[in-house]
This record gives sequence, structure tokens and C-alpha cells, in this order.
Amino acid sequence: MKIHEFQARQLLADAGIPVPPGRMVTTASDARRAAEAVLATGAGLVVVKAQVHAGGRGKAGFVKLVRSADDAFAAATFMLSNRMVSPQTPPEGLEVKRVLVAEAVEIAKEYYLAITVDRARRTNTLMASAEGGVEIEHVAATRPQAILRVPFHPVAGLAPFQARDTAMALGLHGKPLNQAVDLIVRLSNLFRGVDASLLEINPLVLTPPCADHPQGRIIAVDAKCTFDDNALFRQKAIADWFDPTEENASELHAAQHGLSYVALDGNIGCLVNGAGLAMSTMDVISLHGASPANFLDVGGSASEDAVAEAFRIILSDPKVKGVLVNIFGGIMQCDRIARAIVGAAETVGFSVPLVVRLEGTNVDEARKILDSARDRIPMMQSATDLTDAAMRITRAVA
Amino acid sequence: MSILVDGGTKVICQGITGTAGAFHTKGCLDYGTRVVGGTTPGKGGQKDPNGLPIFDSVSEAVRATGATASMIFVPPPFCADAILEAAHGGIKVICAITEGVPVQDMIRVRGLVDEMRDVTLIGPNCPGVITPGKRTASGTFEGGCKIGIMPGYIHTHRVDAATRKAVGIVSRSGTLTYEAVWQTSQRGIGQSTCVGIGGDPVKGLDFIDCLDRFNADPDTDGVVLIGEIGGTAEIEAAYWITAHMKKPVAAFIAGRAAPPGKRMGHAGAIIGGTDDTAPAKIAALKAAGVLIADSPADMGARMADGLGLGLAGRGDGALGARRAG
Repeated sequence: MKIHEFQARQLLADAGIPVPPGRMVTTASDARRAAEAVLATGAGLVVVKAQVHAGGRGKAGFVKLVRSADDAFAAATFMLSNRMVSPQTPPEGLEVKRVLVAEAVEIAKEYYLAITVDRARRTNTLMASAEGGVEIEHVAATRPQAILRVPFHPVAGLAPFQARDTAMALGLHGKPLNQAVDLIVRLSNLFRGVDASLLEINPLVLTPPCADHPQGRIIAVDAKCTFDDNALFRQKAIADWFDPTEENASELHAAQHGLSYVALDGNIGCLVNGAGLAMSTMDVISLHGASPANFLDVGGSASEDAVAEAFRIILSDPKVKGVLVNIFGGIMQCDRIARAIVGAAETVGFSVPLVVRLEGTNVDEARKILDSARDRIPMMQSATDLTDAAMRITRAVA
Repeated sequence: MSILVDGGTKVICQGITGTAGAFHTKGCLDYGTRVVGGTTPGKGGQKDPNGLPIFDSVSEAVRATGATASMIFVPPPFCADAILEAAHGGIKVICAITEGVPVQDMIRVRGLVDEMRDVTLIGPNCPGVITPGKRTASGTFEGGCKIGIMPGYIHTHRVDAATRKAVGIVSRSGTLTYEAVWQTSQRGIGQSTCVGIGGDPVKGLDFIDCLDRFNADPDTDGVVLIGEIGGTAEIEAAYWITAHMKKPVAAFIAGRAAPPGKRMGHAGAIIGGTDDTAPAKIAALKAAGVLIADSPADMGARMADGLGLGLAGRGDGALGARRAG
């Protein structure tokens, strides 16, 4: 699950990690007031940032630096009344409903800090780089040695000495060194405590020396956080931050019926049991020169109603010119799928070709059900195996 | 011979009174697995519908039954504790079927279980492990061990296989494992043991652990490896195969048509960088001499090629017997 930047900022602040003063607002006039409050603290520069889950905000003009409350009002007005279009958004762009108004802190040096799960090492890993503020993927691709990787102990977590070694390796010393160590330790505890799957601060900033901080200070300027969906049952406060308006409506609707669905660009709808088989079904369709309209895993224990809903979701996509059902029944009993197909033919109605390939538990019973309904579902073909199924559906939509 | 489990393995079910636990306990018993009991805290002393004893804890169950393997069906919030309880209770092969276990739980569990050298964890979020039994005259199976949710009847013991060959199967996906089993069975190739290692990013056994065991098992003639997008386990397996593998390996990698950044059902199936794409994995495995099935429909054919069966193994074998299940 993803959250907004202002929410990630809140998590950091609650964990005792310094973030620039500011707040999230939903109207341009509130943006003006928020900017006035920031400027009143003596800040010279304010940043206004659109709060959407997609990246590419800066280049799209949805992150603006301003020097006055009036300019903050203008920036917020633009963001709240235009859709943001970036390479990471759908072509029609995203509506912006919230903006973050915060102090744009002065920067002496920028760092990159992140914690993620390292699958190969099977533990959480701290990643740190003295080359912050830029696309970290670019650093990773061109100068991988510029990114430090520090694995947590799987049970004990990250030790303070590891945090210190990391901060020293980043070139910090004096008070900012200790501030960074404190921040890293707090971040590692936060990561485990909220069941995060990624927690990223880019940039982590060392400010220039000032009267209060003669050696400068360490502050988290931008934060990104995603969470392990499997752990949301014990992270109620995080789960409450779920923003359905940021999700694909069909995918969300499918999830509410216990279906795992991802919309794609092709024209062959797929209904499959099991994630691996669903992916493979997409692959085999592509291999035969067509292209899948979706990934859809009905799981192992879906009811007839859920399967009917799956057909409804697939057929509501106007791109779909044919449907391939591929079931290898283990827990899922083929006869249940067969009954759902017959039911869906009546309640949803098939207007496009349908190819059904069934194998596994109760397959003979399932074939009988489909055979007896053949008159009512004339667009249905049965396939003997996966290749036959792919060839039939590809031919049917050609 | 086989790996991990055989006809003599005594199995308990953790969560035996739950819907899934009860259903699959019966399924395993019907296949001929020596299921000897189960646990549900608070229901100790009762019997399940099959007459199996129910215990409050794993250590109690182990003491009373001598079980060495367990299959876990408890809900996700309790799965980590169930795994640790099994490990400390004397279980040697722990098979966690439960889907939806938090990754932080699995990191901690792996850290603790890795220190217990004689404990093997499979899963979570996996179909389980099966060493096929021999088909009897009445169409049932004997002498095998099915721990998990896979349909037993599609599997073939070496003695029932027309080619008298048997292969190991290791897979991150459940239903795709069944597909490979079915395709090999159809070609008259049996299976020594099939291991579903599961679709989660942090889990127990991985490809290399299984390849190593299959390599050493005299009853395994080759291996079908089924991977998918996400992570780098297939690439590490490719390096291991180059250095150590003495038997033919056929592989299929799911997710060539999957877009980057989208999770394909499994928590672990998501393309992040360049190493975890299907083409990168296929290239690494090809370089290791692995026979790649371009289509999921060709897994059995590539394995037959690897075993030197060519066309001889095509279209005969267990096809007729399969229907008897």
C-alpha cells in the first residue's frame, strides 16, 4: 500500500525525525495561510507540492518554489485546478486534491537514505549514499559502489554502531554525525514497527551553519513510504490512510471480491486460478501473437459469485474482444468454474468468443456441465490444452 | 528414494480444525499420507472427523505420535508463531501453506530457523511438497507422501511411468507446478518429489536448496524449475547449476508479458530492476545449459528433451491412468 508524502512526513515526525515545518492543505486560500505561517518562522523560501502517488511531479510543474504567500496561492490554484500528467500517470493525468506547503530548507549537502527488504539476503537493508537529491536509480545503474548497503540482523534489527558506521561513511562528523545516527536508528525502528516495505528519504539534507546550528543540522526533506499489504491487519492507523481515489477502479473493485486483477493494454481477457498460471496464460497469449487485456487470478477458493464478478469485470473492459478461461483445479474445483461460466452466460452474457480450458479436480463433472449448456453459449469453445487454448482464442479475435 | 519426505513420514496438521486444515487433512489421508494428528490450541484431547487425535501444542503432538513433518494452515497473523512452535517442538520438515504472512514475520522466522540446522522450512504461501505414491489396482495411491493442497492424482511414481524415469519439480507457483506435473505425467515421466517453494519474497527453501537435494537423490533423473518475475533467485540458481548440477534441468519463467512495477498476484512477483525480469532470468539459465520452455505448455517437452527421450516420450504414459483419479 502506498501513502502520500504528507502522511510519510507525519510518520517520520511522530518517530522523532526532524522534517521541515509545513502542512497539507486542500484549498488555495489554506495554502496561502500555510505559507504565511512558514514565512513567519523566518524561512525565505516555501515549497508547494502536489500530493499524488505518481512520481514525475517536478518536471510536470507540480512542485513549485515560491517566496511569498501570494505565489503559494497561485501555485496551489494551478495544481488544484489542473490534472497532473507525467510519464508515471495515466495519459489523462491525475486530479490533485491536496498540496503540501512546507519550508524549502537551505541545503549544504544532500544524501540518500532508504530501508527496504533485501530478498536475496532475506533481511531488511539500509541503503545510503552521499549522492542524494538525484534519481537514485541512475546512481545505482552507473555507480553502484556509491550506494552503501547495510543489512539488519534478521532478529535484532539494525545496531546503533551500524548506523554510526554508515553516517561516518557518508562523510558526516561533529553534531550532524550524531544527529544522523539518531535519525537512522529511529528510521530502522519505524520501518519494522509499521511493517513498511520501502521507506525512503531523498534528499536527507545537511543545512548550512546558522546561529542555532553552527555545524548545520540533519533534516528529512522528502519522504516516501510503502507498506506490506499482508501486515495491514495489524497496522490499523496506516490502513486508514488507504486512498481509493489513487487506485485503478477496476482493480480495487476486483480486490473487494477477493480477486487479484491488473488491467493491461491487450484485447484478450483472461480468467485463471493461481498467480503463476495467470502470468503464464498472459505469456502464452503473447507467444501466439495476441496480447492480454488483464491479469486475473480468481484464487483457490473463490465462490461462484466471485467468478461471475470476475467475468463482469473482464467483460466491462471495452478493449476485450475474446476471453480465455484457464483453470488447473487444485483446491479450486473445475465444476464450480463451469457452473459460474453457465451462470455468467445468463446474468452477464457473453458477446465475445470464449475459450475454456479446464484440468484438475472434478474436471469430468465440469465438462458435463459445459457440454449440457453448449446450446445456450454458442460462442464457447473447449480447448484440450494450453497451446490449443491460446491458438483458439487468438484465431477467434483475429 | 525422494527428497524431504517419503511414505514413512509421519505428518501433523497445525490448524487441523479450521476449514482448510480439515479439508486438506482428509485429502492427504486419502492420498495415503501418514497423517497422525493435528493441533488446535484449546481442543486438545478431541478427535477430528477422521478419528485423528487433536493436541493443544506441537511438542505434545510430537511426543504422542512421533511426527517429523507438519503442514500449517493457521491464519496469517499466527503463522510465524506456528512455524517457530513446530521448529522448537521437534518437527524437521515444516510446510507452511498459509498465504498472506507479513514479510517482517518471515524475516524474523528465517533468522531463527536458520540457526536450527536440522529444520527445513517450506513456504509460506505454497502448495506444499509431494513424493508420489504407487498407483494401486483400485486407483488409489500407496507409499507416497502428500503434504499440502495439490491434486494428488496427477502425479506419477516412477514404477507407473512408461519411461521409468522420474524428475524433481521445484516451483514458485502452485498451479504452474500442477501444469508441469501433468505435462510430465502425460509424457510417461514420473516425479520423484515436487516442491512448491511459494510466491513470497522471504521464505524457507529456495531453488538452490532443492536443486542440491535433487542432485544428490539417486531417484531423480532431472529437474523442472519453474520461476517467475521478481527477485534474483533464478539467476543465483543458474550460477549454482553451472558449478554443481549433474542432471538435466528444464525451466520455465513466468511473467514475460508482465509490465514492470505491477505486482502479479504473488507478493514476490513484481519487476523492480533489470535483473528480476523474465528475459534476464531466461538468459542466465540458458547460459547455464538449462533447457528453456518458451511456452508454459512446453515444460514437459523440454524435460523429455533433457532426459534424451525426444519423441519417444510423447503422448503415452499415464494419460489413460490419469482419468482413474
